[in-house]
Amino acid sequence: MPLDQNSPHDESLGASPGVSNVSRRGLLKGIVAVGGLVLAARILPPGPSVAQTAAYGAAAMPHGTVNAPSAFISIGKDGIVTIVCHRSEMGQGVRTGMPQIVADELEADWNKVRVVNATGDEEKYGNQDTDGSRSTRHFMKPMREAGAAARSMLEMTAAKRWGVEPGEVEARNHEIVHKASGRKFGYGELAEEAASLEVPANDELRLKTPDQFRYIGKGLPLADGFDISVGKAKYGFDTWMEGMKYAVVARPPVFGGKVVSVDDSEALKIPGVEKIVRIEGTPAPAKFQPLGGVAVIASNTWAAMKGRDALKITWDDGPHKSYDSEAFRQQMLETARKPAKVVRDDGDAETELGKAAKKIEAEYYLPHLAQAPMEPPAATTRIVDGKCEVWSCVQAPQVTRTDIAEKLGMKLEDVTVHVTLLGGGFGRKSKPDFAIESAILSKEMGGAPVKLLWTREDDIRHGYYHTVSAERIDAGLDANGKVTAWRHRSVAPTITSIFMPDTKHQGAFELGMGLVDVPFDIPNLRCENGEAEAHARIGWFRSVSNIPHAFAIQSFVAELAAAAGKDQKDFLLELLGPPRVAELKSLDTLWNYGESTKVYPVDVGRLRHVVELVADKAGWGRQVPKGHGLGIAAHRSFVTYVATVVETAVAEDGTLTIPRVDVAIDCGNVVNPERIRAQVEGACIMGLSLALSSEISFKDGRVVQGNYDDYLVARIDQAPREINVHIVPSNWDLAPGGVGEPGVPPFAPALTNAIFAATGKRIRTLPIGDQLKA
Amino acid sequence: MAVSFKLNGKPVTLEVDPEMPLLWAVREFAGLTGTKFGCGMAQCGACTMHVEGQPTRSCSMAVGDVEGQSVTTIEGLSGKAATAVQAAWENIQVPQCGYCQSGQIMSAVALLEQTPKPNDEDINAAMSGNICRCATYVRIRAAIHSASDMMEG
Ligand code: FES
Ligand code: FES
Repeated sequence: MPLDQNSPHDESLGASPGVSNVSRRGLLKGIVAVGGLVLAARILPPGPSVAQTAAYGAAAMPHGTVNAPSAFISIGKDGIVTIVCHRSEMGQGVRTGMPQIVADELEADWNKVRVVNATGDEEKYGNQDTDGSRSTRHFMKPMREAGAAARSMLEMTAAKRWGVEPGEVEARNHEIVHKASGRKFGYGELAEEAASLEVPANDELRLKTPDQFRYIGKGLPLADGFDISVGKAKYGFDTWMEGMKYAVVARPPVFGGKVVSVDDSEALKIPGVEKIVRIEGTPAPAKFQPLGGVAVIASNTWAAMKGRDALKITWDDGPHKSYDSEAFRQQMLETARKPAKVVRDDGDAETELGKAAKKIEAEYYLPHLAQAPMEPPAATTRIVDGKCEVWSCVQAPQVTRTDIAEKLGMKLEDVTVHVTLLGGGFGRKSKPDFAIESAILSKEMGGAPVKLLWTREDDIRHGYYHTVSAERIDAGLDANGKVTAWRHRSVAPTITSIFMPDTKHQGAFELGMGLVDVPFDIPNLRCENGEAEAHARIGWFRSVSNIPHAFAIQSFVAELAAAAGKDQKDFLLELLGPPRVAELKSLDTLWNYGESTKVYPVDVGRLRHVVELVADKAGWGRQVPKGHGLGIAAHRSFVTYVATVVETAVAEDGTLTIPRVDVAIDCGNVVNPERIRAQVEGACIMGLSLALSSEISFKDGRVVQGNYDDYLVARIDQAPREINVHIVPSNWDLAPGGVGEPGVPPFAPALTNAIFAATGKRIRTLPIGDQLKA
Repeated sequence: MAVSFKLNGKPVTLEVDPEMPLLWAVREFAGLTGTKFGCGMAQCGACTMHVEGQPTRSCSMAVGDVEGQSVTTIEGLSGKAATAVQAAWENIQVPQCGYCQSGQIMSAVALLEQTPKPNDEDINAAMSGNICRCATYVRIRAAIHSASDMMEG
């Protein structure tokens, strides 16, 4: 659950529970395959104390982690290993990476591995909220344990059959080998018997040493690559079943609006339109619930869309009808000019600012954004004999299940949520409002399957938007150009507002995304958070509040460097100070992505290292052609360290191109380097979109944009020609960091810093739009 | 009302309103879901099919307009360029979520059929109508060049 940081799950599920075989007790027949290795978690008495479990971020997530091989692995008599992926695949490669980890410890032959997706069931699999760049971070260890436990059971089975000591046998590529004699058993021959053994306890597990890895660290191809290339991959939009109906919904144009009246006489005349249904809106808080409106259910999508066009609806626009982005921007900037709630206070920034030899200030503004995944939200629900089944492209299947059960007044066990592939997510699909809509409509249709589709306009106009921000930083420099004081004021509506509408301050989880955890070696450093009201649904967008915080901070560092007449990279390193664990001592709570700072300290040495690495690889300081410029930015997010160098070229007419990008990433350790590269490439270009052209703005409470013709995202001709991703080699003494999001935040400031180097023009407002043309 | 055309080499007759976009007719009445919806207004290319060999945004063409014509979708793709493109896509591991990729592949194949040795500008011209929100563009470009080399070799 995304707001877990406000309501830590304090049951003792966090530590990997011991595992034991329950198949003998017949509890889990046919879990995936028949006659295979079927194991399950032993429910242990309360394990480690809460204090101990709190050391791991995964422990604080609802339902923590599970490492039971039975939940994740089955082996058929034919030797085929089926691995359950319990996280949603949305392009990050989790259906490749998770099985890769399990298969490695299992010592399985990758060609005999199949992957299936779990339904939403966190009791069984542990947390399934695919967000926060934490699938590998939280499940590397439990997945390794699950694979190792199953391997050990296969070894013990073979040893028993041969009458030898377990130490005499060894798993090698889908076979158990008796080392002395060379005798072998295939996994399929052992599976059934192995399933009758006791699952080894965690402390008996023999995990591989990194030099023994055969898949971890390798760029194995995508599990779904072939299906994708021939059009067979199935997304939320692609569900089909006999007797299925298709639906679209007309939603209130203003957040919080309501239907006053509807004339559906014309809509009902459209051939194929079968039923018009009012969906109740959700009084504040919006949470993940439907916005309400009028649904058109038809025999095909086209008819449903035409039916919706023909509806005549009178709306009451409600309390947010005058939301206007231009006015709001002025208001936020005003707020940022005044003292606000102090959220970090080292030394005495106010006094030092007053005494500084030179004072520099800058204001930055970043608009709302829409995630706009290529596949808009979609869900299909049917209800048969009191059982509700949902197929949808959701990032959070358990949340989807809980919300639907509650909405339909059904028991949780009567609701099954199947996770299709997601055609992109980026945070939008962590909110299951669309799946709830489909469930409501199926119920209205007597349980018939209803596929509910969002059009692109629905997605752009009725989303959960990335916040809008004003950031202001004031700094004082001494006579030598050294920064003595730093004051950063951040103003932005909070995601918490979808749960507590009156909240006007950013939550700890937002402040902790790059604002209060800034690791600069400045003695007088203050962060403040001004008030801002939310007039739209605010939601997670890939890398979240790191976007505005990193944009302001990393732009401002370059501004200070220019003012001090120093090299941008050198100045950045000077501000970071010596390699050390940043103490950030004046903070009450540092969110730290839900992780303990003992396991995941703010390690300035690692941040410095990626800066130095990327500078070296990119040839920082090299001579560039006229009109070109290099810019650099570095940022720690999702406990991963990233530094980016952008080379841009700005033509006389202001046209911008990007010949080359270099990125250094230190994510602790590496499961699949190809997916890491791909995620970083994609993150850079998502950063490019938001830097260059993407903007959601409101006028009279309504979203101005509607489709890809005015909500502009990067296309191939704007993309960098070259993105070189430099991955810091795995250090298995470190815990894994996130990968999906950390590439986004440094891109925009690296680009605008490069623009400054190329043109002398400083961009402080995103998107850049036509600012370079002026 | 019925519309007849050739779909992936086979004659089909679909009982649909001829005004219905080709995309929905193929997805919901011919049951081929490999072609995707992304925008519905010829902005994103997710719905790209070949109509008489030409890359076409099927969301913005009425099914009635392909009466008697030949339509190819990702499921029916074949030939030298298609084989090369699909192999290059796999070698270079282009897809992320994959949702846009059938459209990307349809556009890339059409490009290579018409311009077997495209330069970067040809690629920009042929591919900038296809959005990839996962932003696999660097790899798409590399894969098209690679497919072009394969076709030669
Ligand atoms: S769906 Fe046809 S171009 Fe986007
Ligand atoms: S691969 Fe996800 S939209 Fe292109």
